[in-house]
This record gives sequence, structure tokens and C-alpha cells, in this order.
Amino acid sequence: MVRIIGIFVGFVFAVVALISFGGNLFTALSSPAEPTAEEEFHLEPRPLQLASDGPFGKFDRQQLQRGFQVYKEVCAACHSMQLVAFRDLHALGYTEAEVKAIADQWATEVPSVNPDTGEAATRKAIPSDRIPAPYPNETAARAANNNALPPDLSLIAKAREGGAAYVHSLLTGYRNQPAELIAKFPAAKTPTGLHYNPYFANLNLAMPPPLVSDGQVTYAEGNPAPTVDQMSTDVSAFLVWAAEPKLENRRRYGLATVIFLLFATVLGYFSYQNIWAEAKRKVAPVGPLDPANKAKRQRASKKAGVSK
Amino acid sequence: MSFAWAKAYEPKSELGRWIDDRLPLPRLVYGAIGGGYPVPRNLNYLWNFGVLSGIFLVIQIITGIVLAMHYFASADGAFNSVEHIMRDVNAGWMLRYAHSNGASFFFIVVYIHIFRGLFYGSYKAPRELVWMLGLVIYLLMMATAFMGYVLPWGQMSYWGAQVITGFFSAFPLVGEPIRIWLLGGYAPDQAALTRFFSLHYLLPFVIAGVTILHIWALHIPGSGNPTGVDVKDEKDTLPFHPFYTAKDGWFAGAVLLAYCGLLFFAPNFLGHPDNYIPANPLATPAHIVPEWYFWPFYAILRSFTIDVFLAAKLWGVLAMFASILLLFFLPWLDKSPVRSGHYRPIFKRFYWLLIIDVIVLGYIGGAEINAFNVALGQLATAYYFIHFLIILPLVSKFERPLPLPSSISESVLHGEKQEASPIGQTKPAN
Amino acid sequence: MATLEDTTVTQVEEDHSLRRRDFINIAAVSFAGVGAAAVVLPLVSQMSPSADVLALASIEVDISKIAPGQAIKTIWRKQPVFVRNLTGKEIAEAKAVPLSELRDPQTIEERTKPGKTNWLITLGVCTHLGCVPLGTGEGENRGDYGGYFCPCHGSHYDTAARIRKGPAPLNLHVPDYAFKSDTVVTIG
Repeated sequence: MVRIIGIFVGFVFAVVALISFGGNLFTALSSPAEPTAEEEFHLEPRPLQLASDGPFGKFDRQQLQRGFQVYKEVCAACHSMQLVAFRDLHALGYTEAEVKAIADQWATEVPSVNPDTGEAATRKAIPSDRIPAPYPNETAARAANNNALPPDLSLIAKAREGGAAYVHSLLTGYRNQPAELIAKFPAAKTPTGLHYNPYFANLNLAMPPPLVSDGQVTYAEGNPAPTVDQMSTDVSAFLVWAAEPKLENRRRYGLATVIFLLFATVLGYFSYQNIWAEAKRKVAPVGPLDPANKAKRQRASKKAGVSK
Repeated sequence: MSFAWAKAYEPKSELGRWIDDRLPLPRLVYGAIGGGYPVPRNLNYLWNFGVLSGIFLVIQIITGIVLAMHYFASADGAFNSVEHIMRDVNAGWMLRYAHSNGASFFFIVVYIHIFRGLFYGSYKAPRELVWMLGLVIYLLMMATAFMGYVLPWGQMSYWGAQVITGFFSAFPLVGEPIRIWLLGGYAPDQAALTRFFSLHYLLPFVIAGVTILHIWALHIPGSGNPTGVDVKDEKDTLPFHPFYTAKDGWFAGAVLLAYCGLLFFAPNFLGHPDNYIPANPLATPAHIVPEWYFWPFYAILRSFTIDVFLAAKLWGVLAMFASILLLFFLPWLDKSPVRSGHYRPIFKRFYWLLIIDVIVLGYIGGAEINAFNVALGQLATAYYFIHFLIILPLVSKFERPLPLPSSISESVLHGEKQEASPIGQTKPAN
Repeated sequence: MATLEDTTVTQVEEDHSLRRRDFINIAAVSFAGVGAAAVVLPLVSQMSPSADVLALASIEVDISKIAPGQAIKTIWRKQPVFVRNLTGKEIAEAKAVPLSELRDPQTIEERTKPGKTNWLITLGVCTHLGCVPLGTGEGENRGDYGGYFCPCHGSHYDTAARIRKGPAPLNLHVPDYAFKSDTVVTIG
């Protein structure tokens, strides 16, 4: 009974699925999907090598400091980083005094209340504060940026397919829209106010190129020259840190745990073999392999003079 | 326990006797997973995955309880509370990654466990209830995992919730009111989030309870084995402890090794970057996909694109639910008296086709939508239903199985592959 | 066949060597035990204060508006802090108390900064069971010794906030603080 209903139900679902298949096939063959500008001209991020790559990679603190400097001087004007607190910057190698100074001198102040009048006011940041946002709310951010919202950068390296490589390619990927594209897809011509960047999914990005010239940020002595590529790489490395400050801890504990588990598993395996050796040898068989029957056979073969 | 030769619990110490007189819990444990539970001696490693599922349930419960000490179930604060856990809470990052990857591993382990059951006929008499309780556990796991994924309130959390709760509106008349009732609003928002948190905390304990029933139901007939032949006497079995505690122990170490490898070195590999973007009800992500363990069902859902009496969307929802519900009827769809696929050569071939089909469905569920992918998904969906509802009943009725070994110890001694005695006869002396 | 027969013969010998090899089982279980213990560590440590709580806010208090004889209440680390500007009379009273009379002997100089003996900064938490003592506001009961009075169980603190009468065991706690300038104090 169940089988009959089952066969019927299965038949129904299979047929409906195949009808959809047929319809899909028909539309695909009769009116195939138009190629889009994105499909043809979008580029995958170029590979980026960072010190923190690989299972044993570690942050290059010098680079993180340069990257932070780029964020502070170029990006922080529009992009918030509200999940990072000033005290977290100790991990970059800054001393307590330096962190206090960074917080104190930050361009935007922290919202607070005037203690005398109770009106909204601002105060200078202290290390325990999170980095204040450049705009008080989304509406203000959009108003200042042609109705586009500059995303918070705290997690951007984890929130985009391609991670740091994507960020770096994007920052250095601005170029003029190729004539070929405009000819083939006139509708995809970059509207005014947007900028062409093949690394961006929609090809046209609201953010104007933030890193336009070498030396836009002045690096301290002992650092590589601040070319656009260098600044972009440095800020990408910094963003990897910002997205996951505990990265190095994670790998360190990971190595210890994996090594421990390897040992434990190997020991466990030998213990298992040890315990089962007993079982495999003690299988008491029925029939001709029965010890009683075996003893019989042994006596018989001895009698027959067959040596072992 | 049903086996006559099962060792009885004998408390060795004064304290042991005192407890046993008052609450026979050690006796129960001894009989269930100790030396007092005889298990077929020929189990292979596919039998380890039940215990592994239990291990991951415990991992999820412990990490979950501890995460709940820091998580804040507010639409405004949830995302930031998860980042607070990642950045500021001591070992918070470890607990969060343990929980997110633990969910994935829980599903990996449970899927292998289920597919073991499908191959070896573990769902057949007298273990039908074990199978059905297992499916209940699976459904509870899916609900728990879905609600858990909503909690971080990222883009995928929010839009996944939108899509899944949107299923209900596919049902005519009652659909939309049910959807609004489930959400406590018109879209996923504060009300939905807090109730999902409450239920997400509750359901794992329900899963634990059903798991106890599942194991209890199993221990009445005892465990199955790769030959599907029933246990006949003492020679066929070994006590669970120490033999299977040792085997489960070392293999658990190996699986935990893989788990920790993922947790510590590639914790976001199975996740989606979009969930690191705070939820935005006004911006839909380019490709909404659930977590990988839901991808086969997502593929089935999206395969129905043409209205045939009913709306295509409704077909998709019905097919998705049916794809799991039909499994409840498996013991009655496949009535072959032979349990193990090793002795059912035609069934075995179709089983491998099923594996390929499910893998294809899984791939399609996570892939981008284009004509080719959708077509492949539609064929795979059709095959899924045909396999369980048409092929299995017919194959089980008409196939000729291979002869079974006369007993488990026979097959252990002589090796299953060399086994050739007709059913019921003992092996001729060699 | 021969191998199976062989093994039963050697079975007796194997029994002895198995006992020697039981250490492998003990080793494996011990490793698992160590692992289980190691797992407990993060589960316990996650309940300790997180980094943002530990990043104790230092607060800056503007004391320019506190006249001698007045006190204000402020909050630091989620607890009340009393900042009092002692009058000359109050300071003299405090200095006059012999240490032997005090349950928790401390001089007023020990409890204030040199040159700023008039600034008494203490936690506003009674050392008995944690109530907030009275005495900072105008007209509040200052107890028998003219300092602070805790209404919960009747602890009396003197002008230097030292315990004189009642169940409290210790003087009101003096937190770490420093004068950033003559009008601003940084606590914490």
C-alpha cells in the first residue's frame, strides 16, 4: 500500500520537476541569457602576499603600523572602524603613551553629554573608547557621499570574497572604462559620480580612488617608499588585522592542539590494536576450526606422521 | 538487554553496591555502553558515526551555553555582541569558531551516519523506530541550525530567515498568517530574533532526549552489522567496553583532529563572507544561500520553476519537505528481507547513483543560478524522488540477492568477500 | 589454516606480553584525560572579565566647583566614589585621633596626597556589606564622627572616612588617583 502511494507521489514530483526541466531547456535554447558587462569585464582579485598568509604566517607589525597610518590619514575621513578600540592598537607595537596620544588626537571626538547643561557634546577619545565614526549616523554619511554609504571597515577583510587581495586589487584597480565595453554594452557606461573599477562586482563604484599619488602618506624613516601599491598593500594588511586581531593566537593554539591530537590519536590507535589483538585471536570458531575438532585433527595428522 | 550472554553489572566496591541499591544508574550505563552491551564483532568504521554525532552534540551544547553568557539577542546589538565575543571575551574567538565549525562537523558526521543506514538497511525491521527517531533528531538539528545561523544577525542570517520563513507564505490561505505568527511580525526583526534564541537554546536538549530514545530503541534488538545477519550466539559479539570504546576513542581523536584543523586554520572556509556584514533589510545580497548542509534541499526547492496546477513556489516547498518526509516511509518502501547492500548488487548500484545525486544536489544548492545549473538540479531532483519512491520499491521486490553468510562469526573468520554459503547452510569444511 | 592453528599455540604467551603492553592503554587514556582537562581551561577563563571591561576607564573629575566642606558623588568602574574637600577643622579632627583607637589604623596623610590633604577621595562603598553611606549631600546624616554614616547596619566613619563605630571592618577604600592639575583629578 505504502509502495503504491509512494510510486504515485514519486511519479508526480519527478514529472513536475521534469516539466520545469523542459521549460528551462526551452527558454535556454530559444532565448539564451544575454551576456552581461559584469560577466565579461569583471576581474578576479590579483593574488596578494602578506606576512600573515599561510598556517604559520605572522603579522608584520611595522606594516600594520603603516597600514594604520594610511587608514587614519586617508580612509578614516569617510569609513568608520567601530569594532576596533584604541587600546587594541597595543597589538601593533604602540606603547601606552602612543595609544593615548592617538586616541587624544583623533580627528573625530566621542559623543558625550555636557555635564553642566546636559546637552549633547563631544569629548576627546581615551584608549578604552572604540574608534569614533566620522559621521553620526547613516543619513549623514550618505548625505556627504552622494547617497552612497561608506561601509565600516572593521570586518571588511572577512566580509568580501577574496579578502585582503580583493581590497588591494580594488584600491589599485581604478582605470578608465575600456572603449570595448562601452561599445558592446552602452548601458553599462559609467554614470557620473561613479568610477570604473573592474574588481568591483558591478564594475562601477561610488568610492573615488582614495590612493591617487605616491607619497600621499608620509612614512617614517626605515619604511619602504609610500607608493600607491605599497600604501594599498599596507592598509590591506592592517585590515586583515582589524578583522581578526586574534589571528596569531588562533594559529598558535591551533598548532599545539593539532600536535596534541595527533599524539593522542596515534596512542589511541595503538591502544585499540592492543585491545583488539586479543579479540581477533580469540575468535572461537564453529565447525572444523573448533579447538576440540582442531585437537582431533592435530592428533590425526601426528598419527599420520605429517610434521608441522 | 536482549542477549542472554550479556555480562551483568557487578558492583566491585562498597560504594558501587550502595549506589546500585538506591539508583541503578551505573548498572544502566554498564548495560548500555559498558561491558554489558554485546556488539557484533564485525562492525566497520561506518559504525563509529553515531557516537561521533553524540560527541558533537555535546560540543555544541557546551560551547553554546558558554557563548550564551556573552551573546546579546537584540537586533541592534547581536552583531556587535558576536564581535565582542571574537575580540574581547577571553578565548571567545575559540568558542565562537568551535560552535560554528562544530555545527558543520555535526552535520558531516550525521550525514555519514544516515548514509550508512541507507546502505546497510539499518532502517529495516526490527529497527524502524530507531530510524524514525533518528529522522526526528535530524529535523530538530535542521531547525536548531537554521535558528542558530540567524542569531549573529548578519546579512545571510537576516535574508536566510526571510527566505525560509517565506516558504510558509507559499501555502494558500493559511500560509501568510502562519508566517507572521512565526516571526511575530511582518519581517524578521526583534521578535523573531529573541524567540529564535530561546528555541535555539531549548532544542538541543530536546535532541539529547530523543537521542536517548534512539539509543534505547536500538539496544532492544541490538546493533546491526555490515552483513545484516542477526546475532546468533556469543561468538558473534564482543562487549562494547573495551573493544568499541577503544575503537570509537581513537577514531574520535582523528575526527577531532580534522575538526581542530578546520577550526584553527580555516575557520571561515565553510561560512559565507556576507555574514560578516551587519543585517540590512533594505539591501539584498547578490546570492542568498544557506549553510552548506542545507544545499541539497535548497537545490530541490529551486528546481521547480513552472506552475503545474499549483504554483511553482509551492511545488518547491512541498518537494523540499517531501524529500525528508519520504525517508520516514523507507522501511515500508524497501521491503527486501536482505538488509545489507553488500548482498544486493542491483540495490548497490542505485545506492551509488543516489550518492552522486545527493552530491550534485549539494553542489547546485550552493552554486550560482544559471540555465545549466538549474537544469542539472532539476534532473537531480527528479532522480531523487524516482530513486526512493519508484526504484527502491521495485528493486526490493524484483532483485535476486546474493546468499548471506550463516552467521557473523562465519563471515569474520572467512572474510565477507569469500563468503559463499547459501542462506541457512553452514560453510562446508575446507 | 596453518596461521590460525599457530596463533592458538602462541595464545598463552601472548597473554603475558599483553599485560606488559597494557601501558599503551593507560597512556592513551591519560592523553585523553589531559586533553579533557585542557578543554576546561577556555571554558572557565571565558567567564573572567573580558578585555573591554578590563580596559578600565580612567575618569577625570573636575574638582574646581567643590567648596571646602562639600563633597560630590561620581561613578568609577560602575561604583560610587566620594570626592570631598575637607575643611581645616575636619583635617585637625582627623589628625587628633590616636592610631590605637582605630580598627583599621591609617593616618589622614596616608589616605591623601601630600600637599593636598584637604582632598579626600574614597569609594562610596561601605566595607561591611556594600551599601552606599550617607554624608555627601547637604543635610545628610554624617554619623557620630562627622564623616559618613551607613544606614544599613550603622557603621560610622570619621572625617578621614575611617571606620570608628559599627560592623564595618575597614576604612572606606582609597582608589588610585592622581592630580592632573589643581582642578582635575584622574581616578584609575
